[in-house]
Amino acid sequence: MRANVFKTSIILLLSVWLVVFVLVPNVLVLVASFLGRDESGFIQFSPSFDNYLRLLDPIYVRVFAHSLGLALLTTLVCLGMGYPFAYFLAQCRPSVRPVLLTLVIVPFWTNSLIRTYAIRSLLAAKGLMNNTLIALGLIDEPIRLLYTGSAVLIGMVYILLPFMILPLFSAIEKLDRRLVEAAADLGAGRWRRFWHVTLPLTLPGIIAGCLLVFMPALGLFFIADVLGGSRDLLVGNFLKDQFLDARDWPFGAAASVVLIGLLLLFLSAYAYSLKQFTAEEKP
Amino acid sequence: MDKLKTSYMALIFGFLYLPMAVLVLYSFNSSKYSIRWEAFSLDWYRSLTTDATLVDAAMNSLLVACLAASVACAMGTLGAVGLYRYRFKGRNALQGLLFVTLMSPDIVMAVSLLVLFIALQLQLGFWTLLLSHTTFCLPFVTVTVLSRLQGFDKHLIEAASDLGAGEWQAIRHIVLPLAMPAIMAGWLLSFTLSLDDVVVSFFVTGPEFEVLPLKIFSMVRLGVKPEVNALATLLFAVSLAVVSGAQYLLQRKPQ
Repeated sequence: MRANVFKTSIILLLSVWLVVFVLVPNVLVLVASFLGRDESGFIQFSPSFDNYLRLLDPIYVRVFAHSLGLALLTTLVCLGMGYPFAYFLAQCRPSVRPVLLTLVIVPFWTNSLIRTYAIRSLLAAKGLMNNTLIALGLIDEPIRLLYTGSAVLIGMVYILLPFMILPLFSAIEKLDRRLVEAAADLGAGRWRRFWHVTLPLTLPGIIAGCLLVFMPALGLFFIADVLGGSRDLLVGNFLKDQFLDARDWPFGAAASVVLIGLLLLFLSAYAYSLKQFTAEEKP
Repeated sequence: MDKLKTSYMALIFGFLYLPMAVLVLYSFNSSKYSIRWEAFSLDWYRSLTTDATLVDAAMNSLLVACLAASVACAMGTLGAVGLYRYRFKGRNALQGLLFVTLMSPDIVMAVSLLVLFIALQLQLGFWTLLLSHTTFCLPFVTVTVLSRLQGFDKHLIEAASDLGAGEWQAIRHIVLPLAMPAIMAGWLLSFTLSLDDVVVSFFVTGPEFEVLPLKIFSMVRLGVKPEVNALATLLFAVSLAVVSGAQYLLQRKPQ
């Protein structure tokens, strides 16, 4: 009997929390997206699709396309940089691995806004980067690094890279080395071993890492604010403007719903292609 | 090959630590406009002692990070035990909800929580911030602990019940100790996520409870204050001290 009370309470606790703080808020956003505003800015209960129709304006379509593209690019760069790093990390002696892993996390204890400002002073016209390049004789005069698309990309990759490294590392660390050795014994070269053994076996880590980078990348409005120019408006900036500055909540809510819809579309396409991939691997 | 590996890892670490080095460097720079190097000075550390609001904001951030990580850890661990041990109606739905929470972009979660708090007419501040941070940490703890539990030998628990252990005893003496590394990893991850967060904090806290990112953003309108660099340097020094202290203790412990 007591075991049953325990069981029910621990399950209820988690379920109720998630329903109250995740499910209900999202339903509220969905409801809000169909509401309107009167002249004085108060929310009106006159359900319509107006907010969604307003989002079809090319300006907003461009914001969405730009954000998704940048998030995708960030994810790919993080994967390219993070995979070899996680791989080498997993090959280090077991005693140094936790130390190195902690060193990956330590910068995160300094809030990312502070670190983004540090990147800004690094990239500024008279900042460290330009001075170094001039001192090395690579350039003659300062080049424009700040307020460009590349600056935003660098900032995104910097803030999100550890989210890629950690899941990749835990997947690669679990990899049974004997399988790779077996493939080598059977005559597979370096690339074939990687492509047919290591990569499929570490795929869960790759997926987890990509999702953990892609999803937050859509919302990091402060990076575009601090490092980017006015052309680099992202979905995150748009939502922040609508909710905190313009206070057009229904419109912001509609944008949020569209964003979730696009992500679900992405995820299902991804899940589908993954199924194809694994079906190919294991006939 | 080994040299290549080491230099690649050093390169990535360099990338991760370069902005930290910039912070430390500029915290000792006497120039008010922090781009150009003028002369070594401790002015910003001195003015930090007079400007209490910045230090207060940093302490608030630490407080929320500790509390959110602990609450999320307790609840997430119990939830993971529940998901691991029991089959119940709605189990798949619960796991789906956890996955959705884990995958929600910060901005979507921030917006939805703001709408919830306004609908409930809660004053934005400490409590709304704590509830929100606990919510985004929760799935990370649950998933970390659950994946560790799933790697165990189930016979251990069966053996315990064969020996007469009740459900609670089995969890207390078998499951929790085995899950401990994952619980600690979950706490650390939550603590880190909470300290690092900007997006959610921006939406769900109010002026009477200021945390570091908001404080900095409001200061920046008047130009980035070098005191921020000094504060960040101090916090960074403390983190490095804590990490090396913990490392020293772990190494000393007989294996």
